[in-house]
Amino acid sequence: MYIKQLSVFIENRSGRLNQVAQELKDNNINIISISLADTSDYGLLRLILSDADKAVSILKENGFSATITKVIAVRLTQEVGQLSELLAVLSAAQVDIEYMYSLKSGETEASIVIKASDPAKAVEAIQNSPFELLCL
Amino acid sequence: MIWNEARECMSRDELESLQSARLRKAVNRVYHNVEPYRRRMQEAGLEPGDISGIEDIRKLPFTTKDDLRDNYPFGLFAVPLSEIVRIHASSGTTGKATVVGYTRKDIDVWAECVARCCAMAGLGRNDVIQVAYGYGLFTGGLGGHYGAEHLGATVVPMSTGNTKKLIDMMIDFGATGLMCTPSYLMHIAEVIEERGLRDQIKLKATLNGAEPWTENMRKQIEARLGIEAHDIYGLSEVMGPGVAADCHFHRGLHIYEDHFYPEIVDPKTLEPVPDGVTGELVITTLTKEGIPMIRYRTKDLTSITHEPCECGRTTARISRFKGRSDDMLIIRGVNVFPSQVEAALLTVDGITPNYQIIVDRVNHQDTLAILVEVEERFFSDEIKELESLQKIIEHAVHQAIGLHAKIKLVEPKSIERSMGKAVRVIDKRKLV
Repeated sequence: MYIKQLSVFIENRSGRLNQVAQELKDNNINIISISLADTSDYGLLRLILSDADKAVSILKENGFSATITKVIAVRLTQEVGQLSELLAVLSAAQVDIEYMYSLKSGETEASIVIKASDPAKAVEAIQNSPFELLCL
Repeated sequence: MIWNEARECMSRDELESLQSARLRKAVNRVYHNVEPYRRRMQEAGLEPGDISGIEDIRKLPFTTKDDLRDNYPFGLFAVPLSEIVRIHASSGTTGKATVVGYTRKDIDVWAECVARCCAMAGLGRNDVIQVAYGYGLFTGGLGGHYGAEHLGATVVPMSTGNTKKLIDMMIDFGATGLMCTPSYLMHIAEVIEERGLRDQIKLKATLNGAEPWTENMRKQIEARLGIEAHDIYGLSEVMGPGVAADCHFHRGLHIYEDHFYPEIVDPKTLEPVPDGVTGELVITTLTKEGIPMIRYRTKDLTSITHEPCECGRTTARISRFKGRSDDMLIIRGVNVFPSQVEAALLTVDGITPNYQIIVDRVNHQDTLAILVEVEERFFSDEIKELESLQKIIEHAVHQAIGLHAKIKLVEPKSIERSMGKAVRVIDKRKLV
């Protein structure tokens, strides 16, 4: 139902982002999707990984502030109007979106990651709609 | 436990007559043996006979750090070097090092005072005490060491530099006491937590000094380690650590008035201020032989009370230090002490006192930024949460100092940890 997203606090320092990427590489963890939110002083890196639990312990050991957040992933197709329809479903259920980003994009598929204000409500609304939740 | 009940609990009358006798002797000693003191007294039209009791102390001229520097290295010593058994020196970060010398008796008095502090913290001969102040020219290491030995405890001279070994030995030796700077204690607590060793330590009391810290920080360390932390005060010019310390009631630091006579003066007018009013602490050493200090201006800001303490000691108590008049920052015309910022940060839930204050001047305007570490407990994956944390901190700081500061959240453990005195302030202003 939910998927695990790894969130990492990163100061705006040269090379800091690569240190995260390097740790993941050294530990054979694949990045499925990535989003980086930035402010003037720091960034929040959000990652969907092949092994989020392993990644969180490795990054913590290496002095990062990292945490696992439960998000949901929804399968969409490459057609005009798909996002709008999904948002209408959530909005009708009075679910707000904290943030979202693309999970996979291909010729036919275009799934997205959503952090909802009320994840349980969001899941329920999507399950009662034509949309499909993705599990990893 | 009270180490020296006869001295620490004597009646105020008895204490005053002891102080008067000791002051007369001290004034005689410096007048006849230390040329700069004699000259200073003569300029003020004073002779030793004009000082008949402790109340005459106000007639005497003040001594400052500059006097120590001007008479570098041994110009203020009151005995020949053959009587001096040890030298210590200050770090000299703001100028030439200041050098102090101790006779054998001075070393004994120092050990006695530190032993009183240890006993005040509930430590005794059955305890294993690690001394994690730097050993060397700095007075912390050897001062703590001799005092803890005099107490009869089992002393482990750790010095600084290897936190892992310190913690391993703390566990292996069953150490129950620890002496180090408050910021180093904080770092030790962090490492103990990281390694999940909290249940294996037997530590019960710590004595922490050499830098100002707040009551909130003390309480936080106590809760994290399950110990009782005590404030110990001292300065090399007067002796080293052990001039004063706080008892179990933590209502100010008992100053050992049989050896050190405290006065609180207005730093501008140099006039005495009443009990309870903050001013600069001035100390006269009453028994020191090597390098006696007459009315030494410590630059440390505090207030004093002569009210009896619940612990039974009759000695005066000085309040937790507000800071050093040297540490005071003037930002946009406002006086700011780093300790005020620290106290404000600690009112915000979940914040550890790892911070750094950065003052700069941009376009002729002072800027104030405070780096605060984002600890896991209050890390959020949402920017709005982090921004609201920044606002809460900014508000708390503004309430405390009346200035707006830019709060910069930084990664945990990114602010350099110190084993000695923490670097809390970076002032980049170039005022030429």
